[in-house]
Amino acid sequence: MAETDIDPTDTVDARGAACPGPLMDLIGWVRSADPGDVVLLLSDNDRSLTDVSEWIDETDNDLLAVDESGDGYGFYVEVA
Amino acid sequence: MAEHVAILGGGTGGTVLANDLADRLDAEIDAGDVEVTLINDDPDHVYKPVWLYVPFGQREPPDGRRPLRELVDDRIDLTIDRVTGIDADAKELALRDGPGSLAYDHLVVATGSTLAPAEIPGLAEAGHDYYSESGALALRDELLSMTEGHLVLSVIGTPHMCPAAPLEFVFMADDWLRERGLRDEVDVTYTYPINRVHGNPHIGEWAEPIMEERDIDTETFFNAESVDPDAKTITSMEGTELDYDLLAAIPPHRGVDAVDEAGLGDRGWVDVDKHTLEAERADDVYALGDAATTGVPKAGSVAHYQAGVVAERLASEVRGRPATATYDGKTLCFIETGMDAASFVEFDYENAPSPAPASEKLHWSKLAYNESYWLTARGLL
Repeated sequence: MAETDIDPTDTVDARGAACPGPLMDLIGWVRSADPGDVVLLLSDNDRSLTDVSEWIDETDNDLLAVDESGDGYGFYVEVA
Repeated sequence: MAEHVAILGGGTGGTVLANDLADRLDAEIDAGDVEVTLINDDPDHVYKPVWLYVPFGQREPPDGRRPLRELVDDRIDLTIDRVTGIDADAKELALRDGPGSLAYDHLVVATGSTLAPAEIPGLAEAGHDYYSESGALALRDELLSMTEGHLVLSVIGTPHMCPAAPLEFVFMADDWLRERGLRDEVDVTYTYPINRVHGNPHIGEWAEPIMEERDIDTETFFNAESVDPDAKTITSMEGTELDYDLLAAIPPHRGVDAVDEAGLGDRGWVDVDKHTLEAERADDVYALGDAATTGVPKAGSVAHYQAGVVAERLASEVRGRPATATYDGKTLCFIETGMDAASFVEFDYENAPSPAPASEKLHWSKLAYNESYWLTARGLL
């Protein structure tokens, strides 16, 4: 997916973190978020592509978009 | 006026660092050109790996305690107090008990991990742990009286101290229950937050078939949301509910509040350059061990190796030379696979772990190291 115009509630910058750091940062954020909040998770770890989407599949949260236009990845996740 | 190095925290990292500096900078300290202060809020040094063995009746909490004064070189100023504030701009520390503030030229944050079970509703009331002395003793009492039912080991907080310890606990519990003839009556389940049984994929791939072979059930993508102490259930964010008779949990971890309040990082962990260990948000501040966000495990071996790097860098700095020593991510870890066998891993930023075949020799190597640890704390090993 390309760049998006989604306006996130917050951004979690996990660039530089080893796996599974980015996913755990995302989960930590979701724990304290309200329904409808949208987080942008930034990661430069390729494994996040599978980790994040597989975890989202296990939950009711939504992966709205994945921005791959920059150096890493931007995951837009909406909390259920 | 002497150049002052202040070390916050007398755990493995802080203690090894203090003794390393006492040795490395002995001439400067003796001449009064350098002063090193180690600040800890407990007069004892605590060696936490002992706690894994407490629930199985193999060790006692006092086995993991020794007075810091006996371990730390006499050249080090040992201050038993708690740092309540860090002013990284003024280079001053506020102490809970001490008179006035303490000025420093170089600061090393080695404040370790603290447990935060209150972050998960119900966990503090219902969950047991072996990540504290009191938790390990309470868990021992519960395990000794368990003759049937469901033992659940839930990894809730990550990052947490000693990433191998949850695997070790279920492997040891499985073996311990078999030896006591109770394994058929006690189901064992291991839960983990991500889609495998360990954060490191290589260790996860090694551990998963062992769990299957031992009939240890696994629940992955299990991020505990709440515990119901009355119903004896633990529920995950992913919607899975598990019944338990005994819940052993790895609670959420945090660093210390003073780090957050000083703006050095989030949740009490100091943001650092993972090679130089220099704080990213302040000058003349290092962090090491659990307190530093390097991405490597929060483990004693890491704190030990990082202490050597920081000591070398500080010595260069006080001598007016460029600091060149860097940390390469080196981590060593023994992993108990039962009551009388263990594996071993060694890895760094570039090289992945490859667990060694489990053996009795490695188990005894781990126990032998635990005994000789006190030489490490004194800077001799």
